[in-house]
Amino acid sequence: AEVSCTFATDFEPSLYTVKAVLILDNDGNRLLSKYYDTELYPSIKEQKNFEKSVFNKSHKADNEIAFLEGLTIVYKSSVDLFFYVVGSAQENELMLMMVLNCLFDTLSQILRKNVEKRYLLDNLDGVYLVVDEIIDGGIILESDPQQVIQKVNYRVDENPLSEQSVAQVLQSAKEQIKWSILK
Amino acid sequence: MTRLFQSNDQTLRRMCYLTIKEMANISEDVIIVTSSLTKDMTGKEDVYRGPAIRALCRITDTTMLQAIERYMKQAIVDKVPSVSSSALVSSLHMVRMSYDVVKRWVNEAQEAASSDNIMVQYHALGLLYHLRKNDRLAVSKMLNKFTKSGLKSPFAYCMLIRIASRLLEETEGGHDSPLFDFIESCLRNKHEMVVYEAASAIVHMPNCTARELAPAVSVLQLFCSSPKAALRYAAVRTLNKVAMKHPSAVTACNLDLENLITDSNRSIATLAITTLLKTGSESSVDRLMKQISSFVSEISDEFKVVVVQAISALCQKYPRKHSVMMNFLSNMLRDDGGFEYKRAIVDCIISIIEENPESKETGLAHLCEFIEDCEHTVLATKILHLLGREGPRTPSPSKYIRFIFNRVVLESEAVRAAAVSALAKFGAQNDDLLPSVLVLMQRCMMDSDDEVRDRATFYMNVLQQKQKALNAAYIFNGLSVSVPGLEKSLHQYTLEPSEKPFDMKTVPLATTTVSEQKTELAPVASSKLPEKLAPSRQDIYQEQLAAIPEFQGLGPLFKSSEPVQLTEAETEYVVRCIKHTFASHMVFQFDCTNTLNDQLLQKVVVQMEPSEAYEIVQYVPAASLPYSQPGSCYSLVRLPEDDPTAVSCTFSCTMKYLVRDCDPNTGEPDDDGYDDEYVLEDLEVTVADHIQKVLKPNFAAAWEEVGDEFEKEETFALASVRTLEEAVNNIVSFLGMQPCERSDKVPENKNSHILFLAGVFRGGHDVLVRSRLALADGVTMQVTVRSGEETAVDVILASVG
Repeated sequence: AEVSCTFATDFEPSLYTVKAVLILDNDGNRLLSKYYDTELYPSIKEQKNFEKSVFNKSHKADNEIAFLEGLTIVYKSSVDLFFYVVGSAQENELMLMMVLNCLFDTLSQILRKNVEKRYLLDNLDGVYLVVDEIIDGGIILESDPQQVIQKVNYRVDENPLSEQSVAQVLQSAKEQIKWSILK
Repeated sequence: MTRLFQSNDQTLRRMCYLTIKEMANISEDVIIVTSSLTKDMTGKEDVYRGPAIRALCRITDTTMLQAIERYMKQAIVDKVPSVSSSALVSSLHMVRMSYDVVKRWVNEAQEAASSDNIMVQYHALGLLYHLRKNDRLAVSKMLNKFTKSGLKSPFAYCMLIRIASRLLEETEGGHDSPLFDFIESCLRNKHEMVVYEAASAIVHMPNCTARELAPAVSVLQLFCSSPKAALRYAAVRTLNKVAMKHPSAVTACNLDLENLITDSNRSIATLAITTLLKTGSESSVDRLMKQISSFVSEISDEFKVVVVQAISALCQKYPRKHSVMMNFLSNMLRDDGGFEYKRAIVDCIISIIEENPESKETGLAHLCEFIEDCEHTVLATKILHLLGREGPRTPSPSKYIRFIFNRVVLESEAVRAAAVSALAKFGAQNDDLLPSVLVLMQRCMMDSDDEVRDRATFYMNVLQQKQKALNAAYIFNGLSVSVPGLEKSLHQYTLEPSEKPFDMKTVPLATTTVSEQKTELAPVASSKLPEKLAPSRQDIYQEQLAAIPEFQGLGPLFKSSEPVQLTEAETEYVVRCIKHTFASHMVFQFDCTNTLNDQLLQKVVVQMEPSEAYEIVQYVPAASLPYSQPGSCYSLVRLPEDDPTAVSCTFSCTMKYLVRDCDPNTGEPDDDGYDDEYVLEDLEVTVADHIQKVLKPNFAAAWEEVGDEFEKEETFALASVRTLEEAVNNIVSFLGMQPCERSDKVPENKNSHILFLAGVFRGGHDVLVRSRLALADGVTMQVTVRSGEETAVDVILASVG
């Protein structure tokens, strides 16, 4: 069954405040993007074009807030990542900033202050959960980073697979299978 | 997928929910996981319950929803905030799909709204509003309760402010209502987000007085100096909006705004500048221009266009400052910039020239300099046309000839062709320049492009005749007929060989375009669609009417009027009329809409009773009018032949039809019906319906061309009119003719004025009116009318009298 978010006409009071959330790397490539307003950029091509324009506008000057294509965009960058929250031109900019700050602070804590691309990609599943806990279908679900962290309850991979040697990986796999059979 | 549910790893389970949500739109088999999700939703682990609810609701349809209704209701009032929030948010998502089911959970939502958790309050409020928003009374009661009970959640406050302002707008409530007081009190809330929301709401309210705006504006002023860029941006953007309607309210913030011009965020700086441009006083214009010029080179093209538009508005406000602004604009023209930007500047300069005759020479000089090195063909041709129109009338036109002729030598084909046309205008207007122009034209006849050669040869021949009338028709006032219409008429002519030469008068005229007013200056999304050449309204009507067999043989459509409403708003039947004028007939098109969903109308006709000698020929009924589907019926009327000057008439109209009652839900009509009628407002046909507006860029030439064979003159006293402006407006709207040479603008403090009007009378003859107005004790008017046909002259004088 389909559920579509009704981003109502201008000035109609509504809980649907966030149109999209984007995380791009410092070449403008997307790492995570969720579009809650399905009518905004329906095709992948349009989404990618939008991301390109947004990136071009924001990566030169770190200015927090911009206006593009009839939308208000708040953004923040850290090391080699760019975070964007997109709302309509009439949206309360401070509300969008709260969402952005919540996202950023939560990720900051979860990733142990290393908010950078490699670490993010290694823990992408956790990042998805975080985004899901903050915004659901365009409605702001939670704004307090502490609450989000509790709900997500995500433990960062201390030893990501890519850093271990093949033997170590096989060993840890054997351990895990053993334990799951015994349970 | 169900296997994965067996794992106990939290993250994995959570990822399952996410995947289910993503797949909800694609997969049909997601119901398999429904039971697992339901189990999780009601299970003991709180961590799963919220996300499980959200995932389940994403895949649910109406029947399934009723099955889990019990669980949803429990979840909404659950003590764990994340569960409650998830249930509320999911309910909101499902309102669109199953409004009736979700509506039953209103009480639970109401209970949830009294939770302490700030997000639960917000979500509950949102859901309650969406469920009740069609019931104004319920919304009002809800607002009352919540504004008094003191919520904690800043998000909920923002939502309340939005609901309150929406309610105020719908009920057109006065600003002394408790709703307004509530919003105003939010200006003192401790959360910035709420304060801003309140200020923004007040600013957007229609009919706000300066006193009511003042507290909102002072709050925004404080925000201007905040260290947070988002806050400064929000404040400046909102102040920009205030400045559009109440510039005086913003002047207090001018100092803060000037500080923002140097803000590192370019969007903020641009908004600050455009706001200052709206609120600035005449004396600050010089200073503002200096500040802008230092900053304009750093902003993007999108914003540069916004700045230019703001300058354009400023030019209209302070016409005396045109020299400062003109200088500034020409400097901007010299800098780098894209096409849109240069075009905006050129348009701005042209509008200054048109409004302000003193600035004409400087403006034209700047534009000449610009086209020497302009890469945009569209702009160069536009400027050349302007030079052709305005240059010959300046004191020393010869200096422009050099610029124009250089274009002929140096540029691309389109520009060269435009330059040739412009040169011809100089030759036609100024006899002393004519020999030089002819020589130059001779050289153009050797051009490599055929368009250029054709034009040069054509103009050479016309100019060599040295006849004013020819000059007027072919050089000054171009083709006034619609091009698609001309094409059709020519085609028709070739199909039916005839002894008579082709008569231009049979071609329908092009309707003059109305220049658009640009009011909103905020940057808008660039349109994604290319501009297509749409067929004009007239062409569309021509085709529609030609398709009706009863109207064959009426000849070409001369004019169609704007729609006239014959019923008031919100009546049972909505009828509007469009009057189509032909050579000796009129067709009245009645667009009818039936707004009653329990009736079907058939054989709908509008019966007309004329007050004068018009003759009703026949009616073409609309076959059937079901609920809310507009249909059209027509009446064909012959114009009076014995008295051609009796052009005005009043028709009393009654709509007659056959009514069949039908079932409102299914639309099935009863078998039999009964006749009924519905009286409409009277319909007026005036002289304006027989005249089509035509703009003659050079009225004097057109006056000469028509000649004085059928010239008549009369003097009238307009007793009830007090000012020249009022007289001018009355005449223009009554006759329905086009004012020329900007003669519709009466300069201030003058006691006399000449109004030039041009049009084409039904039948295709030009009609020109020169009206000398004098203001003494009341207004006296001496009207001189010229036309190629005596009837037209008589008609005009008879109707004015």
